[in-house]
Amino acid sequence: MKPIQINDLNWAYQENEILKSIQLEIQAGQFTGIVGPNGSGKTTLVKLLTKLLSVEHKTVFINGADLAQTSISALAKKVALVPQSSQIEFDLSVHEVVEMGRTPHLKRFQRESEHDRNSVKNAMLETDTWQYRNRSVQHLSGGERQRVIIAKALAQEPEILVLDEPVTYLDMQHQLNIMQLVRELATKKNITVLMIMHDLNFALKYCDQLIMLKEGQVYRSGKPDHVMTVDNIKSVYEIDVSMIEHPKTKKTHILF
Amino acid sequence: MLKNNRSKILFILTLFIAACISMIVSSTIGSETIPVSHAGRILLSKLPGMRNLVDLSAVAQSHIRILEIVRIPRILAAALVGMALTGSGVVFQGVLRNPLAEPYILGVSSGAAFGATLTIVFGFQWVFLGMPAISIGAFLGAIITIFFVYNIANVGMKASMNTLLLSGIAVSFLLSSLVSMAIALNRDQVERIVFWTMGSLSSVRISQVQVVYIPIVLSILVFVYFTRDLNALLLGEDDAVSMGIDVNRVRTILLAVASIATAFSVSISGIIGFVGLIIPHAMRLIVGPNHKYLLPSSILSGAIFLILSDTIARTVIAPGQMPLGVVTAVIGAPYFVFLLYRNNRKSYRGA
Repeated sequence: MKPIQINDLNWAYQENEILKSIQLEIQAGQFTGIVGPNGSGKTTLVKLLTKLLSVEHKTVFINGADLAQTSISALAKKVALVPQSSQIEFDLSVHEVVEMGRTPHLKRFQRESEHDRNSVKNAMLETDTWQYRNRSVQHLSGGERQRVIIAKALAQEPEILVLDEPVTYLDMQHQLNIMQLVRELATKKNITVLMIMHDLNFALKYCDQLIMLKEGQVYRSGKPDHVMTVDNIKSVYEIDVSMIEHPKTKKTHILF
Repeated sequence: MLKNNRSKILFILTLFIAACISMIVSSTIGSETIPVSHAGRILLSKLPGMRNLVDLSAVAQSHIRILEIVRIPRILAAALVGMALTGSGVVFQGVLRNPLAEPYILGVSSGAAFGATLTIVFGFQWVFLGMPAISIGAFLGAIITIFFVYNIANVGMKASMNTLLLSGIAVSFLLSSLVSMAIALNRDQVERIVFWTMGSLSSVRISQVQVVYIPIVLSILVFVYFTRDLNALLLGEDDAVSMGIDVNRVRTILLAVASIATAFSVSISGIIGFVGLIIPHAMRLIVGPNHKYLLPSSILSGAIFLILSDTIARTVIAPGQMPLGVVTAVIGAPYFVFLLYRNNRKSYRGA
C-alpha cells in the first residue's frame, strides 16, 4: 500500500483550473520533492493532501484510506505539515510549541504520558532544539524557529511529513542544515517526506524522487536525474541552464 | 511572566482565594458596615447544605436582609459578568487571532444597547422569568445582532474572519446611530438610556442572577473544553489543521458560545467595556499565552476585578451610583499601562 496515492485529482478555484487530472504515487520512506514554477499548483496539491482544502471522494488515498472520508484529527496522526513560515505572535516557549505536536494523540483533558514526554524530547533532540527548550519562540532566529516547527511535526509521530518550502527565508547555512536534517529523517526514521522545493540543486542533491509540475499537471516524475534535465527545465521554467559535474562531490549541478 | 508551571498554578490558586476574599470584603462594605465575621457567616449559610450548620443567632436580621436583597445579588452578578466577559475575551482574541478583539467586537454591545433602548422608549415594564423587560430587550438585541453579523460574513467559510470583524463593526455603527436617533427623539429618556449604556449592576435582582448563571457557567466549561484547540490556534490556522483541529468547526462553536455568554452578561449589567479586552492581555503578561493557565486566571481575575469595581461603584458617591463601566476603565486602564510599561522595560533589559 502506498503512503499517498492520487487518482485523477482535479481542483479549480472559481473558474481557474489549478490542478488537472493529477495521477501520482508516493513511495514509502522516500524523500520526494515537488518542483515547478509559481502557479504550477504545488501549494494547492499540498493543501489538498493536508486537508487545508477539501478534496473530492476517491481522488486521494493516504495509506489506502480515502482522504475525503478521513477526519482532520485522524489524518493528523499520520501526516504532519511544516508550512513555509509560521508566524507565532505569542510568547510561547520552544517546549510548549513542540508539545503541541502531541495534540492529535491526546484526548481532551488527558494528561501527557511518559510516551508523550519522550516523543517530545526525542523530537527536540533530533532537531537539535533541546538546548533552547525554555526560550521563547519569539526570540529565535528564522532557522532555529523552523527547526522547532519541524520538531513539533516530529512529535506528532507522523508516517508522512509534508513540508512547504521550509528553507525559503533562511540563510545558506541554515538551508543546508534543514535539508540535511530532513534527508536523515527519511533515511534513518523511514518517514515518507514530501517537500515543495524552489532550489533545483537541492532537489537534485537530496531527493529520492521528484515530481515536476507544469500548469497544474504532472510534467515528469521519477528519479531526480531523469526529471531534472536541461530540456525539462527549459520546457517547465522557460530558462536555459547548463549541467556540470561538481568538482568535489562528482554530482550533477545546475548552472543558471 | 511567570516561568514555571508550578508558579502559574499557585498564581491561579491565589486568584481563587482572592476571589473568595473579595466577595466577603465587598459584602461588608456599603451604607451599613457589616463585620467581616458576620458577613462571612451569612455568605457561608447561603452555600448549598450549609443553612443549618452555620450559627446566625448573633447576626442582626437587618444585616441578613441587606446582604440577601442588595449585596449578594450584586456580588454574584459582578462575578458572573466578569467571568463571562474575560472568558469570552480570551476566546475572541484566540479565535480571531487579533489582539484587539473583545467580547463586544461583533456588535453584541450595540445590539444589546439598541434592544434596551427600544424597551425604554416604548416603556415596557413587564417581567419574564424574573428578567425585567430591559434585560430581555438587551438580550434579544444582542442575539439577533450576532445572528445577522454571522450570516453576513457566512462563518464556516475560510478566511472570512476579517469579513466577520468588519461586518461586526458596520452593524455596530448602524445600531449605535439608531440608539442616538432614539435618544434624539425621546429626550425625556436620555438619562436612562445613557446610564444603561455605561453599565451598572445597581438594579440587579437575585432572580436575574438565577437566570444567567447556568448559561454563563456552561459557556466557561465549553471554553475550558476547547483549551487545546485554542492553543493550537495560537500557531496559526494551517498549523492547527495539521495538528488535527477542525478549525472551522471549533471557530464556529467558540464564537457562538462566547457571543451567547456575552449576551447574557450584557442583559443584566449593561455595557461594561474594557474588562474583556484588557484582563486577558494583563494575564497573558503574567502567565503567558498557554490557555491552560490563561483561561482560569483570566476568568478569576475578571470576577475579582468586577466585584471590586462594583463595590467602588456603589460606595464612592453613595448614596449615588457611579456607572460600573466608568469605574472599570478608570482603575483598569492605568494599571494596564503600568503592566505594559514594566514589561517593555524588562524586555529591553534582555530579561
